[in-house]
Amino acid sequence: MLRGLSLDSLMPYFGVVLLIIGGSFFFPQVLSADYLTQQLQIAAFLGFLATGATVVILLGHIDLSVPWILTGAAILSTALVGTGNPFLSAIAVPAALVFGALIGIVNGIGVAILRIPSMVWTLAVNSMLLGLAVLNTGGFNPKGEASALMKTMASGDILGLPVSFLIWIALCIVLAWFLTRTPFGRYLRSIGFNEKATFLSGVSTPSVVFAAFAIAGMCSALGGVMLAGYANQAYQSMGDPFLLPTIAAVVIGGTSILGGRGGLFGTIGGALFITLLTSILSVMQIEDAWRNIIFGTIILVMLLFQTLRKGDTA
Amino acid sequence: MLDYLKSNRREMIAALVLIVLLAVYLGTHPRGASTYVMTIWANQCLILGLAACAQFFAVVVRGIDLSVGAVMALSNCVASYLLDGSAFGIAIGMVAVVVVGALCGLINGLVVVYGRIQPIVATLATASIFVGIALLLRPTPGGAVNYDLADAMTLDVLGIPTAMVIAGVAVIGFWLPFRRTGLGLGLYALGSSEQAAFQSGINTKFIRLAAFTLAGLFGGLAGLFYSFVTTTGDAGIAASFTLNSIAAVVLGGVLLRGGVGSLIGALAGAFILKTIAALMFFSGIPSLAQPLFEGLILAAAIAIGGADVLRARNKLEAFS
Amino acid sequence: MVAQMSDMKNPLLEMRGISKHFGATKALDGVDFVCNPGEVHAVLGENGAGKSTLMKLIAGVLQPTHGQICIDGKAVFLNSPKAALSHGLVCMFQELSLVPDLTVRENLLLGAPGAGIGWLRSEALAKAQDVLARIEGKSIKMGARVADLTLPQRQQVEIAKAMMKRPRLLILDEATSALGASVVERVFDLVREERDNGTAILFISHRFHEVEALADRISVFRNGQRVETFMTGDHDYTEIINMMVGQKIEELFPAKTPAQPDAEIVLDVQNYSWDGRLRDINLRVRRGQIVGLGGLDGQGQSMFLMGLFGLLRQAEGTTAIAGQPTRIGSPKQAKQQAIALAYIPEDRKTEGLILDQGIQENLELAAIGRADLDATDPALYAASLEQLALKHGGLDQPVASLSGGNQQKVVLAKWLALKPRCLLLADPTRGIDVKTKTQIYAILRQLADQGTAIVLLSTDYEELIQLCDETHVFFDGQVVASLADGDLTAENIIAASLNLDAKSRAAHA
Repeated sequence: MLRGLSLDSLMPYFGVVLLIIGGSFFFPQVLSADYLTQQLQIAAFLGFLATGATVVILLGHIDLSVPWILTGAAILSTALVGTGNPFLSAIAVPAALVFGALIGIVNGIGVAILRIPSMVWTLAVNSMLLGLAVLNTGGFNPKGEASALMKTMASGDILGLPVSFLIWIALCIVLAWFLTRTPFGRYLRSIGFNEKATFLSGVSTPSVVFAAFAIAGMCSALGGVMLAGYANQAYQSMGDPFLLPTIAAVVIGGTSILGGRGGLFGTIGGALFITLLTSILSVMQIEDAWRNIIFGTIILVMLLFQTLRKGDTA
Repeated sequence: MLDYLKSNRREMIAALVLIVLLAVYLGTHPRGASTYVMTIWANQCLILGLAACAQFFAVVVRGIDLSVGAVMALSNCVASYLLDGSAFGIAIGMVAVVVVGALCGLINGLVVVYGRIQPIVATLATASIFVGIALLLRPTPGGAVNYDLADAMTLDVLGIPTAMVIAGVAVIGFWLPFRRTGLGLGLYALGSSEQAAFQSGINTKFIRLAAFTLAGLFGGLAGLFYSFVTTTGDAGIAASFTLNSIAAVVLGGVLLRGGVGSLIGALAGAFILKTIAALMFFSGIPSLAQPLFEGLILAAAIAIGGADVLRARNKLEAFS
Repeated sequence: MVAQMSDMKNPLLEMRGISKHFGATKALDGVDFVCNPGEVHAVLGENGAGKSTLMKLIAGVLQPTHGQICIDGKAVFLNSPKAALSHGLVCMFQELSLVPDLTVRENLLLGAPGAGIGWLRSEALAKAQDVLARIEGKSIKMGARVADLTLPQRQQVEIAKAMMKRPRLLILDEATSALGASVVERVFDLVREERDNGTAILFISHRFHEVEALADRISVFRNGQRVETFMTGDHDYTEIINMMVGQKIEELFPAKTPAQPDAEIVLDVQNYSWDGRLRDINLRVRRGQIVGLGGLDGQGQSMFLMGLFGLLRQAEGTTAIAGQPTRIGSPKQAKQQAIALAYIPEDRKTEGLILDQGIQENLELAAIGRADLDATDPALYAASLEQLALKHGGLDQPVASLSGGNQQKVVLAKWLALKPRCLLLADPTRGIDVKTKTQIYAILRQLADQGTAIVLLSTDYEELIQLCDETHVFFDGQVVASLADGDLTAENIIAASLNLDAKSRAAHA
C-alpha cells in the first residue's frame, strides 16, 4: 500500500496545499469550511471520470469516449425519471451504470479484439454516441429531470461532508483494493508494461481489457448521473469540457500515460488539484484567456518536474 | 510500378474511396458539378486537410499532436489582425501567421524532446496555453481579413477551386521533393524504428524536433486558410479540428504506430471525412440521423482497417 | 620503449582500460584492445562475453563507463553513431540497422556518406548496387520494402550499406549468419579486398571455419575480459574453445542419464502443419526425456514451439497430453493443471518478463491464474531460485536491473513454480554467461530425472548433443532429420541444418 505513495502521487497534494495557502492570501474565504467542502463536492464529479480513466491508462490505453458516455448516462437517467413512472425512476441510476458498462465493452472489443489503437476507436465510439444522442433528443436539450436519489448523490451531505465526495472516496477504496489485491489488478499493470509477456504468462488479456474499459465506462456514467443530479437536467455536450481535465488529473497524479505505473491515490490528488485550481482562478476573476494559459503552464511544469527529477538518476 | 502500388496500397485505397464519394456527392447534389459546389466543398476539405497534414507529421514519428486545433485557433486569431491593409503588410502578415504556427510546434517539440514528456500529454498542456493566447487576442470572434485576398484564396482559378490548387502545390511542390530529403526519410526512419535510425547515424532529437515544428507549421497554414474562408478570428475552433485531424490521418492510411503513411494519405483522409459529411447533407437522410451515420461510417472504416488482425494466424503478431 | 612503439605499425583503433557497466553487470571490465589497418581481426567469445558491447562502444551506440578510445593515436569521444561514422568507424550490426518501413533504396540513401537532412544524392547508390551485385544480391529490388525482404536479403543490404560508407574500420558482427555458403564466400572476397586496401576489419562470427578462413589475428573474450590475442593458426579449435569457455566443454554439461525407452509419453504431436510454413511435423516426448529442436534460424522450429503453446491459429494435426487428445488454444489453457505446459520464450526481455516490475511480481505472474496454487506462497519458487542461485538485492528489485543470466533464471523459476509436466524452451541460453548456462543445464537435467518432459530449441550444437536424448533438425518448415545416440554429432546436425542430403540428391537428379 505504501508503494502507492510515491513522490509523484504526493505532488498534487502539495499543489493543493500551496493553492489553498496562496489563494487565501488573496481571498480569505478560500480557508472557510463552506468553500472547501464545496470544492470536495465538485471535485468528485471530475473525480469519477479520472478514477475510471486511471484504470484504462494503467492498462496502457486511453478512453476518449468519456464525454458522451457521461452525457449519454445523464440523458438516459433524467429521461427515465422524467417519465414519472416510479419503477423507471427507480432504475434510472442502475440503467445508466449498465449503459456505461456496455459502452465500455464496445470500447474493449475494438481495442482488444480488432487491435485498433484505443485513441482512435474510443474517439469513433464517442462520435457514434453523439450521433445517437442527437437522433434521440432531436438536437434539443433533452427533457427530463433528476430523481431525489440523484440529487442527494450530487448535492447532499452527511456530517458536513458532501455525499458525492464520500461516494467517490468509497469507490476509490473499493477499486484500489481491486487494483492491488486481485489478479485483475496485477494483470492490469502487467499489461500496461508489457502486454505480450503478460499474454505469454497464460493470461487472457482481452478479458482484462474488457473489464478495464467497462469499469471506466461505469465511472464515466456515474459522473454523468451526478452531474445531472447537480444540474437537475441533462444537456447536450455537457461532457465535452471534462475530457482534457480528466486526463490531466490522472497524469499529474503520477500515473504514466504509457501504462503500468501509478495509482488512484495520485488521481484523487490530481482531481482535487485541478478542481481547486479552476475554482481559484475563477474566484480571482481572472479572465478566460489567462486561466487557460495558467492551467496549461502549471500542468506542464508539474509534468516537467516529474520527468526531469527522474532524469538525474537515469 | 507494381511495387509502387503495393507499398502505397493504403493511399491508393483512400484515394479510390475519395473519388467514389466525390462522384456520388456531385451526382446527388441538386446543383450538380458546378464550380460553385466544388469550391465550397474544396474549401471545407482543405481546412481539415491542412490540419491532418499537421497531425501527420506528429504521428509519423510515433507521436501525436493534441494541439493542432489550438495552433489553428491561435494562428487564425493572429491572422485576423495582420491580414488587412497594404499588400506588403499582408504578405508579411501571412508569413508571420505561419511562423507563429511553426513556433508553437517548436515549443511542442522542445517539451517532448528535452522535457521527455509523452507527446499526448505535452501537447494537451500546450494546447491549453495556445488557446489561452488566442483568447487574449480575440476574447470574442472578430477582426477582418482582406476580402480580395480571401476571395482569391477561396474561389477558383480557371474553374479549378483554389483550395485544390493549394492542395496540389502542397503535394507536388512540397511533399514529393521533401520525401526525397534526409529529413523526409528521417521522419519515417524515426517512426518506424528509432533504434535503426539511431544506429544509422541519424540525429533523432533533431528529427523529432523538426517533425513537431512541421506539425506546427501546417497547423499555422490550416489556421491561415481558415481565416480566408471565415474572414474572422475565432479562438473557439480548437476542439473539433484536433479530434477530426486524428480521424482523418487514420482514414488516410497513416498508422498511429509511426513510420507508415504519407501527406497525400492524410489529405485524402481529411477530404473523405468532409465529403461524407457533405454527402449526408444532401442524401435525404433525416438531418437528425446524420451525426450518427457519420460516426458509424467513421467507426466502420476504422474497424475494417483493424480487421487485418483477425486474419493473422500467429497470435503474437497482434502485439507488435 | 618509445622508439619501439614508433617502429610498429600505428594502430588505427586503440582502446585502453575500457569498462562498461549496466547497473550491477560488468559487460566489459578493464579491456585493452588494438586493431591495425589492413588486418582482419576476429573477436571470439561465448554469448555474453562482451563482444557485442565492445562493438557498440566502437560504433558510438554506447559510451564506456571507464577508459579511453583512440583513433590514429588521438583520444576521441564517440557519443553517437554519427560521431563514430565521422571517424570512418562503420558497424554492420547483428540487430539489423535497417528501417523496416522504408524501401531498400531509401535505406541506402539514408545511410550514404554525407547524407544529412537535405536533398539526398543517389550517386552513392551506384557503389551499393555494385556491392549487391557482387554478393549475389542483384535480385533485391531497390523499391522493395525492407520489411518484405527475407533475413538473408536484409543482411545483404546491410553489407552493401556498410561498404557504401567507405569505412576505415569495418565491424562485421555476425554479418553473414543467415547467408548461404556461396554468398558468404563472395562477401569474404569483398572483405579481403577492403583489407588489402588498408581497411581494418573486426570480425565476429560463431562459425569457426569462417574465422579460420578470414581472420589474420584472433582475440578471445570471456566474461567481459580479453583473454588472449594471437595469430590465426597459433591455437587449434579445441584450445580456442577452452579459452572461450574457461573450462573443458564436457565439464559444462551434466552427465546424461539414459532415458527410459518405455516411459510414459507426455507430449505426442502428429502431423502438425500450419499456414504452409510448417509441414507434417511429428514429435513424441516421454517422461524424463530431453528432445532437441535444431536447425538454422527461421526454419520453423520456433513457430512449432509457439504452436505447441497455443499461439498459432488454425494449425492442423493432433496433440495428445499424457495420452489425452487435447486442443491447446491459448497460453492460459496450456498452463492449467490438466495440460501443464510451460513455455520459456526466445526473447526474455519482451516476451518473458515485465522488465519494470520486481522479481517477486514477475515470479507470481504465471501462477496467479492457477486455481490450485497460491501464487504468494514463497515455497513455490524457493527451490528453483536456490538451485539456480539467483543473485539479487531483494525480491522487489526490478528485473530490468538484473543481468541477462539472472533474468533468465527468473523466467525459469516463474514457470517451474507451476510444476509443468512438459517444459518448452526456446533457446534459453542465448546471450547468457557460461556460469548461468551450467546452472541451467543442471536444473534441466534434474527436472528430466524427476520425470519432466523437456523440449529444448537451441542454436548451439553442443547443447543439442550434450543434453538431448534425441534432436529433430528443421529445414524449411519440416523435420529433415531426427538424430539420436551415435548419430547425434555436430557434423550430422550441420549437414541436416543445411539440408545437404536433399540438395545433393537434387543436383544428381
